[in-house]
Amino acid sequence: MASPTSSVITLHINGEKFTLPVDHRTTLLDALRERLTLTGTKKGCDQGQCGACTVLLDGRRTVACLQLAVAAEGREITTIEGVAEGDRLHPVQQAFLELDGYQCGYCTPGQICSAIGVLREHAEGVPSAVTDDIRPEAGPPPLTPEEIRERMSGNLCRCGAYVAIVEAVARAAADGDRTAAVTESEEAVA
Amino acid sequence: MREFDYRRAGDVAGAVALLGADPDTRYLGGGTNLVDLMKTGVERPTRLIDIRELPLDRVESTRDGGLRIGATVTNADLAAHPEVRRRYPALAQAVLAGASGQLRNMATVGGNLLQRTRCGYFTDVTQPCNKRIPGSGCPAVEGEHHNHAILGASEHCVAVHPSDMAVPLTAFDAVVHYETADGPGELPLTEFYLPVGGTPHLETALPAGALITAVVLPPAPVAARSRYRKVRERASYAFAIGSLAAALDIGDGVVREARLALGAVASRPWRARAAEEVLTGAPAVPETYAAAAEAELAAARPLPHNGYKVALMRNLVVAVLTELAEEAAR
Repeated sequence: MASPTSSVITLHINGEKFTLPVDHRTTLLDALRERLTLTGTKKGCDQGQCGACTVLLDGRRTVACLQLAVAAEGREITTIEGVAEGDRLHPVQQAFLELDGYQCGYCTPGQICSAIGVLREHAEGVPSAVTDDIRPEAGPPPLTPEEIRERMSGNLCRCGAYVAIVEAVARAAADGDRTAAVTESEEAVA
Repeated sequence: MREFDYRRAGDVAGAVALLGADPDTRYLGGGTNLVDLMKTGVERPTRLIDIRELPLDRVESTRDGGLRIGATVTNADLAAHPEVRRRYPALAQAVLAGASGQLRNMATVGGNLLQRTRCGYFTDVTQPCNKRIPGSGCPAVEGEHHNHAILGASEHCVAVHPSDMAVPLTAFDAVVHYETADGPGELPLTEFYLPVGGTPHLETALPAGALITAVVLPPAPVAARSRYRKVRERASYAFAIGSLAAALDIGDGVVREARLALGAVASRPWRARAAEEVLTGAPAVPETYAAAAEAELAAARPLPHNGYKVALMRNLVVAVLTELAEEAAR
């Protein structure tokens, strides 16, 4: 019997299910863009080096160009099309918009998905290569521009809009902290 | 890319049985290196066994005070683990210094050890390469080799192993555990990678078809004061041109124990035993650190364009050991 080189798979993307036949060679990136018309995710280098294709897989940022679509079956995929809540932009999207965290915009969906991943990782206390004290007792380091640059280094911007990108990520992080603080004080009142 | 069959393994025995003795089947972990090499045609498997759902994704303390790291633990989870950060900080630092946040979320520990060199002649299928096509030659020896090996290489191959993670694992005497159709086995990481010699295409001592199941770190109190320092051509997201994992235990001004491994200087992470011998029992002063570095680097055989690595590694050893000693004194 010849071994099958294609499969019918079901992908969970942005809360919806999509069933499609795929050649096993198909990357998640190509499945999204070419088969499901979810073209918000961009193809840059197609070698895992530029970050333009960053999506969230089970909430973790990954590059869709090195992820085989068939291997993503059963996992929760979130693309740039799925990060807003209806008409309300994700705080990271809002910050990029307000601070012009882009120029041509091609790397932006990947930058935003990556930044969402960064904020979650930071909230979980994950250190980075520039964190001075990585002992768990030290707690998460302040999300300084240096920390943001290191954590976002997997996303290249050909236009060089890095200054505003770092500002946007910092603002989104600060907004998140404020929201968390407000929630805590409301809970204290209640 | 060549067409391929895809299977998901439900358990370790099933994965090993599925692969069998087929030389054209590969285990798929995070895929960050394998899928990339399949796109360029360096790897041309006809079947992938996806091992990501195997129950090998945990980091656990062992009874003797070491750590057992499952083969499918991601780089990100390994670096974030409290016990890794507390007991083997150089390992967490090394993992965090490698690749990008996205790739660390995908890549696995087993795959990290088995990743292939980034030598430009190896990754370019239009070029000869003894690692890819045995006997075809090594253009790097007389070509582009500024980031190639200064230790343990041969005229047949001067490529370096690109892993950061494997450098502290080598310093801390990690043991690779694997499963085969004939049962389990284990290999110390210092014996895991084969000497280059005339067979650079034979990279590890793993039996054919073996699946790495875990990497086990023995208890190493010295590792609690350890550091990984990586030198690269840009500040982030680049492979090392030289790196060092070091741990130092000092008492009464004398080095009681030292662990050193060098990265990006050889076809494998390079355990610096000659340096460790010089250090052990010697006064904890920079002159000792320099002598230790020189003892290790006496065996260096640089090529015309990578001689800088000898000085770089010497300076790296002295700088990191000095910092560790100062930290111990505080």
